[in-house]
Amino acid sequence: MKHETLSTILFVVFVAGTLAITYWASRNTRSAADYYAGGRSFSGVQNGLAIGGDYMSAASFLGIAGIIALSGYDGFLYSIGFLVAWLVALLLVAELMRNSGKYTMADVLAFRMSPRPVRTAAGVSTIVVSIFYLLAQMVGAGALVGLLLGVTSSSGKVWTIIAVGLLMIIYVVFGGMKGTTWVQIVKAVMLMVGAALVTLLVLGKYGFNLSGLLGDAAAQSGKGANFLAPGLKYGTAAQGTWGKIDLISLGLALVLGTAGLPHVLIRFYTVPTARDARKSVLWGIGIIGVFYLLTLVLGFGAAALVGHSNIDKSGNTAAPLLAGEVGRQIFGDVGGTVLLAIIAAVAFATILAVVAGLTLASSSSFAHDLYAHVFKRGEATERQEIVVARVAAFVIGAVAIALSIFAQSLNVAFLVSLAFAVAASGNLPAILYSLFWKRFNTAGAVSAIYGGLISALILVIFSPVVSGAETAMFPDVDFHFLPLSNPGIFSIPIGFLCGYLGTVLSKEYNAAKYAEIEVRSLTGLGAEQAGTH
Amino acid sequence: MTVQHDASVYEQIQSSDQFQELRRRYRSWAFPMTVAFLVWYLLYVVLSGFARGFMGTKLFGNINVALVFGVLQFVSTFLIAWAYSRHAAAKLDPLADELRNEAEGKAQ
Repeated sequence: MKHETLSTILFVVFVAGTLAITYWASRNTRSAADYYAGGRSFSGVQNGLAIGGDYMSAASFLGIAGIIALSGYDGFLYSIGFLVAWLVALLLVAELMRNSGKYTMADVLAFRMSPRPVRTAAGVSTIVVSIFYLLAQMVGAGALVGLLLGVTSSSGKVWTIIAVGLLMIIYVVFGGMKGTTWVQIVKAVMLMVGAALVTLLVLGKYGFNLSGLLGDAAAQSGKGANFLAPGLKYGTAAQGTWGKIDLISLGLALVLGTAGLPHVLIRFYTVPTARDARKSVLWGIGIIGVFYLLTLVLGFGAAALVGHSNIDKSGNTAAPLLAGEVGRQIFGDVGGTVLLAIIAAVAFATILAVVAGLTLASSSSFAHDLYAHVFKRGEATERQEIVVARVAAFVIGAVAIALSIFAQSLNVAFLVSLAFAVAASGNLPAILYSLFWKRFNTAGAVSAIYGGLISALILVIFSPVVSGAETAMFPDVDFHFLPLSNPGIFSIPIGFLCGYLGTVLSKEYNAAKYAEIEVRSLTGLGAEQAGTH
Repeated sequence: MTVQHDASVYEQIQSSDQFQELRRRYRSWAFPMTVAFLVWYLLYVVLSGFARGFMGTKLFGNINVALVFGVLQFVSTFLIAWAYSRHAAAKLDPLADELRNEAEGKAQ
């Protein structure tokens, strides 16, 4: 049997299983708290796994292993930013948000502000960030299926994008947060088991001698010891000083972006108490940290055993090819086929779980923030809100499918780091000021979100990732005039500064409501309770 | 279901010594630690950009400074997460529970 057939069978089994979960979840989703927050009934461990499932996207699984396989050490640098970022979430955001919010990021931001402008800004930012992330994932899915299943026709890629989009719509529309969380838990377990298995086989092949593996990887790469040190991908010698500043800019966006990503933030609402939110982040940190250590071995393993000439130029095939190669070397041809098929199926599961989380975050924000609070001024019934959330999930999913088909020939991988930059520049300042600064007000919140969002977007539009470079989104035109690909080093301070200036230039502020959010966030008094069924 | 409390209740709690102590214990741990791990992380990123000779120095076998530095970022992240959970369980949770129970008792 060919690995493509086996991959397809395994993937169909995963889809059947997750659809069964979705059906079960749909029968247990009645209230808005069920739909938006899974009834707040997940345990800390379950939500920790789901955090891992939500966060370990194809970009971080296949992407980081691929960067390491092709450019060596720099891929590891990327993963460290993704991990350290969780400390911001743990120390400053997770518990306080759980205690003071309800369903969306805007619940905390609008807590003591004039609700309509703040919810509009937060809703816009949530949808923009989620769509960027979603596009990168779905376009990646189209390319990945082409590589792994041998589907090379352009209509094959289009159908892949449509299939991924439809499945994610079904998970979210019918399963809500309950179904989506379980899909992420299943995916996280599959991904950890798959990655650990291949890692053990690779290390076993080298007699658990990491230095030997690294030496082989460096020798095979043709770049020698440089392959094991930073500088082959980010801030290369050819890019000069601006390239190095770009690296720092990327690092800032990665470490500060996570705690402002809407699909990450709504995970904290799925548990009964703030203490469970803390526990889930602790589990998430453990799972994600171990996972990135595994990808380090996978990436260098692919460089050593597969060789960079056999890996596609995006690097996405490095991990699956490594699984096939190490399986073949240890267990023969059948073993290689089976392992490659397993890792390819895990990769599809990974994409599906992440896009579902993003669709849920953006449709929840549309229904709860824009529809219920802005259009209906808080007069919508719970039933109306859920109906709108489901319709929004369908519409956002359909828009994402259409945009992905349009963008499939464009290089949109940069949208992941852009999503982190926008989250760090607009959302994070607004969240931190809301939780910790008494004087913060409506004008400040709106200025922080729009200031961070717009400055990040403008900086990227005129950067080499959009035009003027071979690897740009539009390589044939050139209107770039900024040397940086990552806007964070400018847009993050701009976001914080806008939030500060907006606040001090407006006289409004509500001391009583600040007392409420401060007491609620630290003590859990008046926090939303878990649903009782 | 969610119990609504008067804003004045929150202001009373906020001005109490007990709450001020809880707030101090939380902030005096979380804020400096956030600054510390961000500085530690940025040091790593800046060295990766500007001190490549140093980062490429071999320590033993093919293990160089960059790899050890990177793994230390994992170690420090795990340690800080663990230390925070200990701090919160020992110093924050009991005080938060006391304040919440007291306020909920009054509301009934």
